[in-house]
Amino acid sequence: MFAYIVRRALQSVLVMASVAFVAFTLFQYMGDPINQMVAQDATLAERENLRRVLGLDRPFYVQFLVFLKNLVTGNFGFSFRVGTPVAQIIAERLPATLELVLVAAMFALFVGVPAGVYTGLHRHGALSRFMLTISLIGVSLPTFLIGILLILIFAVVLGWLPSFGRGQVVQLGFWSTGFLTTSGLKALILPSITLGLFQTTLIMRLVRSEMLEVLRADYIKFARARGLTNRAVNFGHALKNTLVPVITIAGLQIGGLIAFAIITETVFQWPGMGFLFITAIQFVDIPVMSSYLVLVALFFVIINLIVDLLYFAVDPRLRIDRSVSTH
Amino acid sequence: MSVWRSLQDLVRRFLGSDVFYSFRRSPTVVIAFALTLLFMVAAALAPWIVPHNTYEVASLSLNDAFLPPAWVSGGKLTYLLGTDDQGRDVFSTIVLGARVSLIVGFASVFLALTLGVALGLVAGYVGGITDSIIMRVADVKLSFPAILIVLLIDGVARGLLPRDLHDKAAVYVIVLAIGLSTWIQYARTVRGLTLVEKNKEYVQAARVIGLHPILIMFRHVLPNVMGPVLVIGTLGLGVAVLTESTLSFLGVGVPPTEPSLGTLIRIGNNFLFSGEWWMAIFPGIFLVILILSVNLLGDWLRDALNPKLR
Repeated sequence: MFAYIVRRALQSVLVMASVAFVAFTLFQYMGDPINQMVAQDATLAERENLRRVLGLDRPFYVQFLVFLKNLVTGNFGFSFRVGTPVAQIIAERLPATLELVLVAAMFALFVGVPAGVYTGLHRHGALSRFMLTISLIGVSLPTFLIGILLILIFAVVLGWLPSFGRGQVVQLGFWSTGFLTTSGLKALILPSITLGLFQTTLIMRLVRSEMLEVLRADYIKFARARGLTNRAVNFGHALKNTLVPVITIAGLQIGGLIAFAIITETVFQWPGMGFLFITAIQFVDIPVMSSYLVLVALFFVIINLIVDLLYFAVDPRLRIDRSVSTH
Repeated sequence: MSVWRSLQDLVRRFLGSDVFYSFRRSPTVVIAFALTLLFMVAAALAPWIVPHNTYEVASLSLNDAFLPPAWVSGGKLTYLLGTDDQGRDVFSTIVLGARVSLIVGFASVFLALTLGVALGLVAGYVGGITDSIIMRVADVKLSFPAILIVLLIDGVARGLLPRDLHDKAAVYVIVLAIGLSTWIQYARTVRGLTLVEKNKEYVQAARVIGLHPILIMFRHVLPNVMGPVLVIGTLGLGVAVLTESTLSFLGVGVPPTEPSLGTLIRIGNNFLFSGEWWMAIFPGIFLVILILSVNLLGDWLRDALNPKLR
């Protein structure tokens, strides 16, 4: 098991290193930073001087190491477009995205799992069929269209919910939260449903198929023969065993949520990192682009690592198999 | 005469095959096929069949801007689905937009397929370090969602191009971005199949008579691994059209002068609040129908070509 963890951690480091390298090459070869910084009429000598001061004349690998050191210490450079430090811009935008992703993930779990259990238990019920049809439609609709439809129905026609922005936010130290005001909570509803709908249907279908499989197992029959209540059998015995794959998929999907937040944030003009990234692409703002890339990669690697370790902790069979095969 | 005879024979064999039988038996698939075909024919003939050529700026009139669909009061019959902010006929822009979306879709699938199949064949057949390098690159790429990689390639390409070329080169940039981010699936599938095929007798025989490895790969192994590639390609077309529309919707895709379906939805989204819903909703409906039909077709093809499910 220890060897497994080490191997997994090494793999993560490798992924991070290659992402950092891509980000570095972006920095290095996309436009000359000197041109962005000096005055129009700067002489060649002045340019060379600045190049030396910034360390741009040093060998490739030295520059890469300096870049890595800057990344680790949180120094992401300056935005080409607005001129402020990238670390500061991202720190302002980070809470918005993380809160949106969190609510969307909660929505997916607390709607997806019960819906999956229900459709698994009542296979031929009218409500189950209805839910499955809805989920099929949800999967086929592109994310941005779902957002537009929700805005059209709930903001334009009914006028119940806001269609853009975060509402009123409360500043808690460096973290700005929308959880503490009514307008902030209302503003979260439509974006998080848009973002989480795909994951909801995915989890629902997963739980459903796992439930169907588990319910056929011998130990369920035995539990029924022992005279346990339906409730104890369905939730205590069956659901518990469907949750192993659900944890894996749900964990991996959080990464997907962060990526797809780009689209949702654009539809709802949500002031998060994804919106920032799209603006950066439109204006070719390299430092913002590459910092976003590194940060998201870091999230991904950490999530994947946790999920892998969690999988290991949850499923005892894995532990036994591994230890037997390695000895 | 004999060519005609063999053609007849081929058609008869196809009509009698179990693939065609499973096609005929499912009305959903027949409808999906008909719709896909309709879209493709309409897209191919678009410049000649649309009621108004919206690419010709001179023919547009701002007096006709913001007209609702024909059946709503105030609508004109010549503009069946209404007009947009520049007085362009929405139905015509949709047909022309579907053309752009499908061109991008086919081109990027072609790019991804060529790249993926070639790399997969080489990785599987040659093995060793070549195999490890190709597959490690694929692994790193697979640990990120495709949309992120597409956006990154799109952004890099924009950075490398001079600013005034952005709109002109936009279509090529998108094709490149989608193609470069989706070749992995083809490569992995083809590699797996090649590993199996490599040890079969016909490959050994080809090797014994001294054929060049490249000839063996592309003439002998390739035809035997193309079935699953066809399935991934069909499903990939749906994904490519979806990705293209997402990019265009986000404003980093096809420019508004020759809009795709995604660009149209982006434009329409700006007018959602002022009540001009038709500008976003109709392109949206057509986009969903297109993607859904292609996906249904792909799903069916996957099941029909899978001998285990017969």
